Amino acid sequence: MAIKATHEIHQRRWSRNAGVALVLAAFIAVIFGLTIAKVSGGGSLEAFDHAPRNSITVNE
Amino acid sequence: MSDTSLQSFEHEAQFGDYLALLKPRVMSLVIFTAFVGLVVAPVPVQPFVAFTAILFIAVGAGASGALNMWWDADIDAVMRRTAKRPIPSGRVTGGEALAIGVGLSGISVVMLALATNIAAAALLAFTIFFYAAVYSMWLKRATPQNIVIGGAAGAFPPMVGWVAATGSVSIEAVLMFALIFMWTPPHFWALALFMKSDYDDAGVPMLTVTHGRKSTRRHIFAYTILLAPVPVVLALSSIGGPVTLVVAVALNAWFLKGAWDIVRRDEDVAIADDYRTEKSFFRFSLYYLFLHFGALLVDAALRAGGVI
Repeated sequence: MAIKATHEIHQRRWSRNAGVALVLAAFIAVIFGLTIAKVSGGGSLEAFDHAPRNSITVNE
Repeated sequence: MSDTSLQSFEHEAQFGDYLALLKPRVMSLVIFTAFVGLVVAPVPVQPFVAFTAILFIAVGAGASGALNMWWDADIDAVMRRTAKRPIPSGRVTGGEALAIGVGLSGISVVMLALATNIAAAALLAFTIFFYAAVYSMWLKRATPQNIVIGGAAGAFPPMVGWVAATGSVSIEAVLMFALIFMWTPPHFWALALFMKSDYDDAGVPMLTVTHGRKSTRRHIFAYTILLAPVPVVLALSSIGGPVTLVVAVALNAWFLKGAWDIVRRDEDVAIADDYRTEKSFFRFSLYYLFLHFGALLVDAALRAGGVI
């Protein structure tokens, strides 16, 4: 038999869970927006990947 | 059994209780001053980057608020003004506040570094350290000069905003810092005068407790005189302008008059009218800061529009 009775505590828990979910979603949105802003700003986009990096290659 | 479950119910926080840990009212002032610091800087910032920077400066300020509440839960419980805060009222445990404070500090500093530059992030980290460790843990309970030096923590946000835009500290950033720094003592001492028994009960060495109320009144007046030139110099700096100058002169006149009224009164008169002068001075002090930074914003807009 399922427990149907809800306690005031369940509301508080729900509020907390919903709030944390919203904060996490907002954080993802901020990271995404910042990425778009940085990339379209045209700053230095080099990273430590497997491609040759212009700034550390010696001019022949 | 029922006792233990009741106990644990007490600690079921709802989301608002966690928000309250971040001191939203202090945060609103931080957001505003950091925003002004960033906008008046001569280097344009991409709008979303600016938004992110201010967001994480605010989160950093909130984190230091949570750390302050974790450390000060014992005295907050004694003082009427703070007894309803999340930890003393039992809605959030000290451990949770500590975890939130440390976690958000790290996130805010790293995110500010990624969004803007290392210097701004380092300054934010120092601000959190200064408020949580230097002010809360050390000065607050040790010296009546606690808020004079602790005020520096509240004075950093416009500087962090400025550094986020420009990458370095300059005279204008120092002047914005100085404005809040010099403003803090008269602001809080006025509060201490009418929040009479609170600090006594908690044993915090507020100036009113250690040096008496008459001396506190003289201190308010002295610090207001020292504060007065700061916004005037700020108005004459490169980020100032006619609006800031007019606002500075007008608000200074008003603020000095208020401080003079406070120093002339004695305790009996103050009790008789329930600290009316002190309360209005305190309320006005909030406008004093808000309007000065608002004026800087107006002058920046005028400069951008080519009017000055």
